[in-house]
Amino acid sequence: MKISVQSEDFDVGAECAALTRGRTDIGAVASFVGLVRDSNDGAGVARMTLEHYPGMTEKSLAEIVEEARGRWDVMDATVIHRVGELRPGDNIVLVVVASAHRGDAFAACEFIMDYLKTRAPFWKKEKTPEGERWVDARESDDRAAEKWKG
Amino acid sequence: MSVKVLYFAGLREAVGQSSEQLALPAQIGSVGQLHAHLVARGGAWQALATAKNLRIAVNQKIAAVDAPLKDGDEVAFFPPVTGG
Repeated sequence: MKISVQSEDFDVGAECAALTRGRTDIGAVASFVGLVRDSNDGAGVARMTLEHYPGMTEKSLAEIVEEARGRWDVMDATVIHRVGELRPGDNIVLVVVASAHRGDAFAACEFIMDYLKTRAPFWKKEKTPEGERWVDARESDDRAAEKWKG
Repeated sequence: MSVKVLYFAGLREAVGQSSEQLALPAQIGSVGQLHAHLVARGGAWQALATAKNLRIAVNQKIAAVDAPLKDGDEVAFFPPVTGG
């Protein structure tokens, strides 16, 4: 398992390849990449700053991956989240899950993203033409995480 | 008892600091009591009272307002998370 909170960009292909290198038991790799959009809530976004809680962030990401491991056949996983200043088109987050079969890989990847959105301590601040603003949490993200309960 | 208190994102900006080491009066033994103690500073500290869906972590784990505090704890106040 690889968890990284970093300012540098990541290489999706290299991260996917790293999960399967030297292994022949993995049959499926699912990945998700989140990027900075140039608009949000009706305003243009020129850039964004991502703040996090060092220590708790890494712990919560590791816990989320562990929870996914308990639910699905996750053979390995990588979560990379960028912090600092980002611009539209930049990568923000990468989740890669390796499994024997696609069902587990897809489900675990979506679960990790849904939980990351609602549990990992990151905060986005956007710069728009009207000034800077902290992004509000979305109820749709809470509902997405809720669906994995029960 | 002394605790380290951290503030993040909009809350950090509202109270004008990111962290402080705080010696607590003897009667303060829970997260909720610490919260009330900070709000009682008045002025910008009202932000802790008016914050929507305020989140609290003790030693980097999400905690409830009735969570007990002990010497050396790290307590963080922050708004709902918006990463990903």
